Amino acid sequence: MPENETSVDVRETIIYVRDLVKRFGHFVANDHLSFDVYKGEIFGFLGANGAGKTTAIRILCGLSSPTSGQINVGGFDAYLETEKIKKNIGYMSQKFSLYEDLTVEENFTFYGGVYGLSRKQIKEKTTLLLTRLDLLEERKTVLKALPLGWKQKLAFCVAIMHDPKIVFLDEPTGGVDPITRRQFWDLIYEASHNGITVFVTTHYMDEAEYCERVTIMVDGRIDALDTPANLKAKYTASSMNEVFLRLARTAKATGE
Amino acid sequence: MDLPVVVKDVHKAYGKVQALSGLSFEVKPGELFGFIGPDGAGKTTLFRILTTLLIPDSGTALVEGLDVVKDYKAIRRIAGYMPGRFSLYQDLTVEENLNFFAGIFQTTVKENYHLIEDIYKQIEPFKNRPAGKLSGGMKQKLALSCALIHKPKVLFLDEPTTGVDAVSRTEFWDMLKRLQQLGITILVSTPYMDEASLCDRVALIQQGKLMDIDTPQAIIDKLPGRMFAISSSKMYAILLELQKYNRALSAYPFGDSVHLHVIDTTFKTSDLESYLSEKGHSGYEIKEINAGIEDCFMYLMEKHPAHA
Repeated sequence: MPENETSVDVRETIIYVRDLVKRFGHFVANDHLSFDVYKGEIFGFLGANGAGKTTAIRILCGLSSPTSGQINVGGFDAYLETEKIKKNIGYMSQKFSLYEDLTVEENFTFYGGVYGLSRKQIKEKTTLLLTRLDLLEERKTVLKALPLGWKQKLAFCVAIMHDPKIVFLDEPTGGVDPITRRQFWDLIYEASHNGITVFVTTHYMDEAEYCERVTIMVDGRIDALDTPANLKAKYTASSMNEVFLRLARTAKATGE
Repeated sequence: MDLPVVVKDVHKAYGKVQALSGLSFEVKPGELFGFIGPDGAGKTTLFRILTTLLIPDSGTALVEGLDVVKDYKAIRRIAGYMPGRFSLYQDLTVEENLNFFAGIFQTTVKENYHLIEDIYKQIEPFKNRPAGKLSGGMKQKLALSCALIHKPKVLFLDEPTTGVDAVSRTEFWDMLKRLQQLGITILVSTPYMDEASLCDRVALIQQGKLMDIDTPQAIIDKLPGRMFAISSSKMYAILLELQKYNRALSAYPFGDSVHLHVIDTTFKTSDLESYLSEKGHSGYEIKEINAGIEDCFMYLMEKHPAHA
């Protein structure tokens, strides 16, 4: 749920993508994608399964190289500076979050260490974030003993503990109960308010409404990119779910 | 005639974790019955008990009058099961998987082809492709075909639409409606609250307990008080204000508005208007709305707090 901009100021671009193409053999997973993401924005990245979202996210995270196109993430080039990209982003998904056999505190220490934080910084950040989540008492608890919703909130905090420029969230709320899902979005707003850019994918269309701008990918292309309000007006739809169904239904049926 | 499913006071624990705490319910013949709840609610444990893959610690569960412990072999012949995790043979082709499942149930694909025709037609062009190389939506269709090929009386689908996009989800529910018309009783679980309205009856499940069982409309009708949707150009600011409003039971973001649940019978919309203008808000819209299942689920969750 973005605040409407009252002043028309020029916003700083944090992710710059022009004509991104990614091919696997004959298959074109990303077909000339172009978009900008602004600093501090909550940017929704939607699309049907197989539309090419994961491929694009892997490139933006410096994990896969593009076939062609100009891509800059947080000031770094996606061909030449992938290690710098990795240091400046956070990543969290439903599938990969934290180590189940480590305690809450050990997870923070491990990831803080990976991102090069000092012992002192790790201690401070851990206390700060656990206080925010009201989970300070659970710091010695092994992760697998915690409910899924708590784990997901912890995973998000770990993903932003090194104050990244951008955090990538790949279906962060899948399967989470409706109250926890909303608490999770409170964390997203806070991070965005603190200047962290949030790049998020979701299958919950009500969550698409919470994004400042939303892209919808269909068959490797970006078919729509605008604020939820403008997209609903453009497609004369009453909800983002309708917008999504209208666009994604045009996708060609393939076995991929 | 036996009911398709009868569950009485079923308990199941894994060590100290109580997965199911005394579940009881019945499913009627030909019903499309939904279990709605988040991960960890106990949906998978329940489905594994009903498909005879797990033994309950106590209580009884019957499928078509057969006991899940004593008569497990007979149940396996009449139950179709699509697990949450893709469980077909990845290195067998689409066609080989289907023939295999028909074979172990001592039937043929030809004999029951009418049941799967609608679904299988869509993946038939890829019948020579290994199952592991299919897309998510195609895997789902193959798994459903395999679960149907022995003409089950009761079909158990464990989170068939999790992680599936909105378009494929809609298509999948259309398929279920058609199967229901063929007389198959269907039990389906889902974490998506919006799918509740597609079921004849639903059970809302959380932390191993059923919070309510009824038709979706009856569950909504039971919700006390009134629901308002408030939208504004300054959504986050208004949400924070509404969460502090002491006349409301709850205020939650809901897509492009905030849902405000009010039980206080003396409440008037003008009360809220004066509260909001006192706080310096303008340009908002207040609309009284019909509650949905997700509103009910959150209300019931707060009424039965977790970890209590």
